Amino acid sequence: MKGATILQKFLQKILRFSSHPLIPSPEHKILAQSYSFSPELQHHLSGRALLAEEISFPADLLDEHFQCGYIGRILGVSLEDSKFQCNRCGNQNQNQFFTFPCSRCKKDCTYCRNCIMMGRVSSCSYLHVWTGPDVIFESGPNPLAWTGSLSEGQSHASDRVVDAVTNKEQLLVWAVCGAGKTEVLFKGIEAGLQSSQRICIATPRNDVVLELVPRLKKAFPDIAVASLYGGTVDRHLLAPLTVSTTHQLFRFYKAFDTVIIDEVDAFPYSADKSLQFAVDKARKSDSSLIYLTATPSAKMQFSFTKGSLKGVTIPARFHRKPIPVPIMKWCGNWNKSISQNKTIPPAISAWVKKRLENNTPILLFFPSIKIMENSLPIYQKLNPDLEAVHSEDPERKTKVSLLREKRIPGLLTTTILERGVTIPNLEVAVIGADHDVFSESALVQIAGRVGRSIEKPDGNVTFFHYGKSNGMVRAVRHIERMNAEAEKRGMLDV
Amino acid sequence: MFNIASGQICVLCDTPIQNDITWKALLKKEGASLCRDCEGKLEKIEGDTCKGCSRPFDGLSLEFRFGDLCFDCVRWDDNPDWKGYLTKNISLYLYNDFLKETIAKFKYRGDYAISQAFSQQIKQRLNKLEFDLVVPIPLSVDRLQERGFNQSEALIRSAGLLPVNILSRLHTEKQSKKSRHERISLHQVFQVEKPESVQDKIILIIDDIYTTGSTIRHTAKGLIQSGARQVMSFTVAR
Ligand SMILES: [Zn+2]
Ligand SMILES: [Zn+2]
Ligand SMILES: [Zn+2]
Ligand SMILES: [Zn+2]
Repeated sequence: MKGATILQKFLQKILRFSSHPLIPSPEHKILAQSYSFSPELQHHLSGRALLAEEISFPADLLDEHFQCGYIGRILGVSLEDSKFQCNRCGNQNQNQFFTFPCSRCKKDCTYCRNCIMMGRVSSCSYLHVWTGPDVIFESGPNPLAWTGSLSEGQSHASDRVVDAVTNKEQLLVWAVCGAGKTEVLFKGIEAGLQSSQRICIATPRNDVVLELVPRLKKAFPDIAVASLYGGTVDRHLLAPLTVSTTHQLFRFYKAFDTVIIDEVDAFPYSADKSLQFAVDKARKSDSSLIYLTATPSAKMQFSFTKGSLKGVTIPARFHRKPIPVPIMKWCGNWNKSISQNKTIPPAISAWVKKRLENNTPILLFFPSIKIMENSLPIYQKLNPDLEAVHSEDPERKTKVSLLREKRIPGLLTTTILERGVTIPNLEVAVIGADHDVFSESALVQIAGRVGRSIEKPDGNVTFFHYGKSNGMVRAVRHIERMNAEAEKRGMLDV
Repeated sequence: MFNIASGQICVLCDTPIQNDITWKALLKKEGASLCRDCEGKLEKIEGDTCKGCSRPFDGLSLEFRFGDLCFDCVRWDDNPDWKGYLTKNISLYLYNDFLKETIAKFKYRGDYAISQAFSQQIKQRLNKLEFDLVVPIPLSVDRLQERGFNQSEALIRSAGLLPVNILSRLHTEKQSKKSRHERISLHQVFQVEKPESVQDKIILIIDDIYTTGSTIRHTAKGLIQSGARQVMSFTVAR
């Protein structure tokens, strides 16, 4: 008996610890059908959860709509079982709350520090949501103007996306780097628009928003596309198609019939819970959810293999050649060699010299800014034009262009360039591939930079290490498995 | 001396704090609220400074220095309307880019917790000062409603002191839009609500930043004219 209670308490503890924040529901009055509501306010607030100061309408108009049931209110920070929860970002980490004497409510008031950069949410503030009639989006019968063709793999995945969108299901699209994943979405988006859906493509990276919007506008010329990222202007544009950073999703509430998450794995693991909350809050309860990635997390791969997450793979690139398989090469203690002896391990310097002689553009990935900066002068002895980039480098884009234009022979980089960079003929080496920052997914992405063009679909990827890591072995296996599947499904020309 | 993680996180960047364990710290149960990185980015005002306003003389060209005082302080003192109201101003840190960003997060984003970043240093410096009352600079009603707190009051409370609200703001015009001359020549900006409470008292004004000093000097003037014996000021940034 005693044992059972201890076990029970223990389980409760685990459950509480791992509990996911619940999506809050608004407090609202019964809808007064006779009330003639403000359509401007309806457009402003539909699908959003905003603080009063984010709504540019008079306070008494808001109150009138609340009294008539057209606006609902969610407490900004709520207290459940003596634990605070932020209802905007889902934060439940008690260290990230702070209590202060508030001049608004004249009481001790608690606010969330996790999302403070979006304006302070506290226990005396409300998030306002629209509870009146929905805005109906009308799009023409054939909104898609894109006429390109899809590879066999793309076409199969595209059909599955259409199904998922139509049937409001979840789907993982696991497409190798260079498969052409954006085109795979077009038919699905079209199907959604045709049935008056509101669709959102969310991605953690600003760059991806900027890259996707013009492509979507071209593919759907008559559809309004809202783009939302840090410092954006479209913040209040109510559009059938929204492209947003995942961060901006925190301002949405039951807005979307379909949410597509691009590069879901490009998050730090710690942001996982928060992202899930943002996505769950932003989509309608009956909606489809599509994950688009080259490198699903271990958890997602597991659900996919087990069958609890439906999915489709595109194992081959559009040019029908296999993905270059990384070579793992032992190079001794790379860290000591740089930090103490100020030398490049011979295996690495031979690799670099060969590419410099052949004018092959190279990216050299380093585990940290510090290690990279210590290495730069030593590598510059091989060629003084080698440069280095990291996340806070303001000249990041310029340096990448210089490499693409062959005006510099190569770049030393941190993991910041693991995604999004496509340079013909490129070859890459990872210096210290056994370091913790190089996870399976980081290494698969890095290898995915090579062999992207039809003209040169192959190239060398080398992982230099001082003892193989699990991440390295899994990354190599990941690529080999995709190539084998592509071959089996007849998607490769050999 | 050895280091352990204190279980606390840095109030500015969320990284765990490594604390030096000293008997003093253990006895007082006092932990730092800043990590070493963030602390290192704050530049303390030290060495040769203006006796009137804490402006560092280091790097200041000689033509702006008059003995112990800087050019600005001399100008204030030359003006019979302003002479003798503010005894001195003490400031903790240089208003560098890091502090600028930090104070903006504190004041405009409304991250009240940031007031803790300065509390230890404020406490330490105030230990050496003698004063009777600590007075915050009031905000206008609208501004207070918008921000939800008065930054000056938050700094005072975080340093473990009790703010005494005896001032009220007379008008709410935007200061920054006026020239220095206009700002100085404005008549009363603040009013002392209970003059009897300041009689013969030494008063310390605490605020986030000393820029031209005009706000603080206005306050000092009002306090002295209402009967205070002496007025000093203390700011985080200069
Ligand atoms: Zn929050
Ligand atoms: Zn409050
Ligand atoms: Zn810090
Ligand atoms: Zn001075």
